[in-house]
Amino acid sequence: MNPARKTSLKLARPKSAPYVSTTNACKLCTPLGACLAFRGVENTVPFLHGSQGCATYMRRYIISHFREPVDIASSSLGEKHAIYGGSQNLKQGLQNVMSKYGPQLIGVATTCLTETIGDNVPMFVKEFQEEHGGNGHEAAMPLIVTVSSPSYHGTHMEGFHQAVRALIDRLAEPAERTASVNLLPGFGSPADIRHIKEIMTDFGLTAIILPDISETLDGPILATYARIPAGGTPLADIKIMSGSQATLEFGATLKNQDTAGKLLETRGGGTLYQVGQPIGLRETDFYFGLLEVLAGRPTPIKHVLERGRLLDALVDGHKYVFGKRAVVYGEEDLVVGLTAFLAEIGIHPVLCASGGDSGYLKEAITAVTADLLPNPPQIRGGVDFYDIAQEAGSLAPDLIVGHSKGYHLARRWKIPLIRVGFPIHDRFGGHRILHLGYRGAQQLLDRIINAILAKKQEDSPVGYGYL
Amino acid sequence: MEPAIFSERADQIHRVGEQPFRMACNRESLAGAVSQRACVFCGSRVVLYPIADALHLVHGPIGCAAYTWDIRGALSSGPELHRLSFSTDLQETDVIFGGEKKLYRALVELIDRHHPEAAFVYSTCIVGIIGDDLEGICKKVSREKGLPVIPVQSEGFKGNKRAGYHAACQAIFRLVGTGSTEGISPHSLNILGDFNLAGEIWIIRDYFKRMGLEVVANITGDGRVGDLQRAHGAALNVVQCSGATMDLAKMMQQKYGIPFIRVSYFGVEDMAESLYNVARFFKEPGIMTRTREVVREELISLYPQLQKYRKALSGKKAAIYVGGAFKAFSLVKAFRLLGMQVVLVGSQTGTEEDYRELEEITDDGTIIVDDSNPLELTSFLKEKKVDIFVGGVKERPIAYKLGVGFCDHNHERKEPLEGFIGMLYFAREVYNTVMSPVWRFLPRRSASH
Repeated sequence: MNPARKTSLKLARPKSAPYVSTTNACKLCTPLGACLAFRGVENTVPFLHGSQGCATYMRRYIISHFREPVDIASSSLGEKHAIYGGSQNLKQGLQNVMSKYGPQLIGVATTCLTETIGDNVPMFVKEFQEEHGGNGHEAAMPLIVTVSSPSYHGTHMEGFHQAVRALIDRLAEPAERTASVNLLPGFGSPADIRHIKEIMTDFGLTAIILPDISETLDGPILATYARIPAGGTPLADIKIMSGSQATLEFGATLKNQDTAGKLLETRGGGTLYQVGQPIGLRETDFYFGLLEVLAGRPTPIKHVLERGRLLDALVDGHKYVFGKRAVVYGEEDLVVGLTAFLAEIGIHPVLCASGGDSGYLKEAITAVTADLLPNPPQIRGGVDFYDIAQEAGSLAPDLIVGHSKGYHLARRWKIPLIRVGFPIHDRFGGHRILHLGYRGAQQLLDRIINAILAKKQEDSPVGYGYL
Repeated sequence: MEPAIFSERADQIHRVGEQPFRMACNRESLAGAVSQRACVFCGSRVVLYPIADALHLVHGPIGCAAYTWDIRGALSSGPELHRLSFSTDLQETDVIFGGEKKLYRALVELIDRHHPEAAFVYSTCIVGIIGDDLEGICKKVSREKGLPVIPVQSEGFKGNKRAGYHAACQAIFRLVGTGSTEGISPHSLNILGDFNLAGEIWIIRDYFKRMGLEVVANITGDGRVGDLQRAHGAALNVVQCSGATMDLAKMMQQKYGIPFIRVSYFGVEDMAESLYNVARFFKEPGIMTRTREVVREELISLYPQLQKYRKALSGKKAAIYVGGAFKAFSLVKAFRLLGMQVVLVGSQTGTEEDYRELEEITDDGTIIVDDSNPLELTSFLKEKKVDIFVGGVKERPIAYKLGVGFCDHNHERKEPLEGFIGMLYFAREVYNTVMSPVWRFLPRRSASH
């Protein structure tokens, strides 16, 4: 055994060293995000154009979180396709998915392999449709939406947003003006999307939510097995999104991206409101304020009461959390929302980190926390868990807020991990975690305070049963 | 809706007793069929990953490393370097200008930081396309840093998991023979094809120790580079997961004249038979006596405990879909020991020989399937009215959505299922699942009553 190994984990990376390797990534690859977005569209099968392994690995990763069957088809490219191109396998795969699943839409995402060999997927799809769509079979042809999602560019969130944009680009048609509101919620949990839908209904708003994973990734058990789970955004709804009075797009760090919301705006889809995810009190207030304007009515009493109970709980719980130091990581927009919430309740976020690197993380966090925090937190985009450990090691956090992959840090530092976001691979019910709205804030608050209380009990030499 | 089976795949499905045996296999997966299979990279990662004092660097975009980060239950009794996920995280510019410089810098950085005993560098799809000279970089770093740096040719698209097993065996073979064999007992062996999931290899090592045998190298569960380097000093290779490590056993036989035997540690019958086979090889009466003693001791404590489970489970039906076919043989026997009937058995990577053997040991009507997919599996489970399905994490939701019990028998499980004690854990898990009251509340059951 090499004697140096024992101490090696403590060696710091020189600050000036060029970034060359990733240890324990705090991000996932682009096509995974695309598959998740496609999964939120009604009667749709996600399809990865690449090696079989990509589809299988992503399926197992997603399945472990959602505990749902997740069929992602693959063109299963082999060596000869890598040399001669994957057109034939793509077409055969599409044909097979058509015949066995009978989808209305197939969402085709590329991988690093097919991007690099230069497969022209839109052209292949066009050929496929011409080859198979003739002779009166047009009606049986599913729509095919393609998205370019090379895994060497961006993270799963870029893949997610690009897939949503591709859906609108392909499907949204000029439509008559309606009173409905488009909502592009980004990547929330099924529980988040369900709650968002509930709020919209309570406001009397007709909302088109894209994508809608509330049922497709959290479905009921049924008497018969559904090849494609029910739910998801109906295609007919996507078609008329350009007629909506307004578009709400969640994402505080999407500024410089060519988003679905921006595309809809150019297609006549009403006013675009790009807002942060409604996490915590103030971001949710802002969101409800928008809904009041759009619906032309005050917030329904049910939600006023939820807000009131949340404020009541903030007061009841403030002593337990004030001054605690937290490390927050995950997808950039989620980190912005969580940081805002933590700052509101008196927790000091000492490090806000993401594997994503939009360049807007700092700006977005500053915007939501500047008046709440005496000292701004460290904010780092494009990092891995090695970096997070290096940064946070000296910051002495009291708790960690993020997905399951930070567990080893929580274990090493003997502090609680409040599990949020994706993936939750080491707890049950990760897909039912509610992050959004007053109700989500309430649940996050309860979980954070209880984790702090549990830690207090564990660490205490006295067995306090009354805290 | 069309039937679940693709016409192209009809010859990869066999029903025992209903037609003469014929089985197509070892084919590329059918495009669009949602195969449960992974890729070459996955195959080599599975085999090499448990070597705990080596650096495992994935040269490619982030996904390949992220999806394989510490997902398997391969335990180590010492260093745990294998549980970290290292990647060169290739970006667009690397794809354009090549990733060699980045790979070099990553290797140097990570070796300086972690001081591993060796480094494995896995190539991914994209590396095969952009043509980085993995071999050259590895050689250079190996020379500069003074440790073995071994390229693993595991581009995902170059076949299926089986090809990845082969790539892994070739990588290990580069280590074998580079260490001293001094002091190794003539009564010694290497354990091949055990990955120490939930500490299983420790159970098996204990049996061999009690038999009076020395284990030279664990390949690869709780594996160490130094042990692999001297593995050629062992008298025998004992190969369990044969799909994964048979190639290595054959290479070692050819180069070092080390014979091998195939074993299985799952189920009472196969476990006992495996130990006896090893004992027979050494042709030493003392070893055989001690082996009988080991088996006797284990069975005396095991059998009475199994009876309770057998009584409750008799007549229930089981389905099996696993990665390698060899494990399926043992599972068929294990279910039989519990009085249960196997009605479906399949694997991702079986050979014709494997499936022929499965055909011989299963009852008429059993479905045998190669490289299946969710649609087929759901239709088989429904048709056969299965009580429990054995598979891996991707198969679990397929069973659960149908309202069928499930037992994880894959790399991610946290319960040891090997050895005599493993049979008890297995029986207990099957019992806990099959006897759960939840199944009676499901719509499928209510509808059929």
